Amino acid sequence: MTIGLSHYLTVAAILFTLGIFGIFLNRKNVIIILMSIELMLLAVNINFVAFSVVLHDLVGQIFAMFVLTVAAAEAAIGLAILVVYFRNRGTIRVEDIRMMKG
Amino acid sequence: MLLAPIMFYLFSAIAIASGVMVVSARNPVHSVLFLILAFFNAAGLFVLMGAEFLAMILVIVYVGAVAVLFLFVVMMLDIDFAQLRTGAMRYLPIGALIGFILLAELIFIFGSWVIAPSVSTVAAAPLPTAPGFSNTRAIGDLLYTRYVFAFQLSGMVLLVAMIGAIVLTLRHRVGTRRQVIAEQLGRQRTETVEVVKVPVGAGVAD
Repeated sequence: MTIGLSHYLTVAAILFTLGIFGIFLNRKNVIIILMSIELMLLAVNINFVAFSVVLHDLVGQIFAMFVLTVAAAEAAIGLAILVVYFRNRGTIRVEDIRMMKG
Repeated sequence: MLLAPIMFYLFSAIAIASGVMVVSARNPVHSVLFLILAFFNAAGLFVLMGAEFLAMILVIVYVGAVAVLFLFVVMMLDIDFAQLRTGAMRYLPIGALIGFILLAELIFIFGSWVIAPSVSTVAAAPLPTAPGFSNTRAIGDLLYTRYVFAFQLSGMVLLVAMIGAIVLTLRHRVGTRRQVIAEQLGRQRTETVEVVKVPVGAGVAD
């Protein structure tokens, strides 16, 4: 009973699918959608690290760190936009966010 | 070595269960807390794989910064979350269908993944195998030499994100009394102090 690459890839695939599923299920709530995106990025990071370990190559871990950085920046900017939007409009329903729609 | 498989199944089961709770919890605060739990268990998986540095970074960055940011925003905004959930069940079948198809495809691909035995000899940066040479040190050796420009660039990304978040959320309310240093320093004696000769018995007119 050894834990190999495919085990980790399966866990990552399930987490990624949960992220997609969360976007479908909570498609009115932007906060949950952002959390689902974080979940998907976590799954991608698990994939990167698993391949890095199996291939004996450190570059995957370096790249996972950059993914982490960009995810943190994305969460900060996304939540800031959300706060500003809520302050101006008083709602964060996804259907109501259509000011740019002609 | 039965401990590693047990820990793997424990970590991954809790991670997946908390992932389910993230997307299905009624209260967004619970969602954030389950997200934190999922990140902790993913960090455990990273430790099992031998990527200790990334595991600690995951705990520090995600649990310490991103999840707390989410928690702040969820608690700060006055939103009727129950109203946001209405009609969620309408999208359950299509979401479940697409999720199931995607998961089946991913597992079909990953389940049959075979890696050529010669591929680890052409690694761009081989994992450290020498005793006493830690994962953190190996990452540092690589990150500060070959990937220094990418490292600096990610620092710039974070700086831009920080400035952007501050600029977006900073607001100047009208009616608040703010300290203006230049005005304070530019005060002259003539416009603040007045010497008045007071006649005896008459007082000072307003």
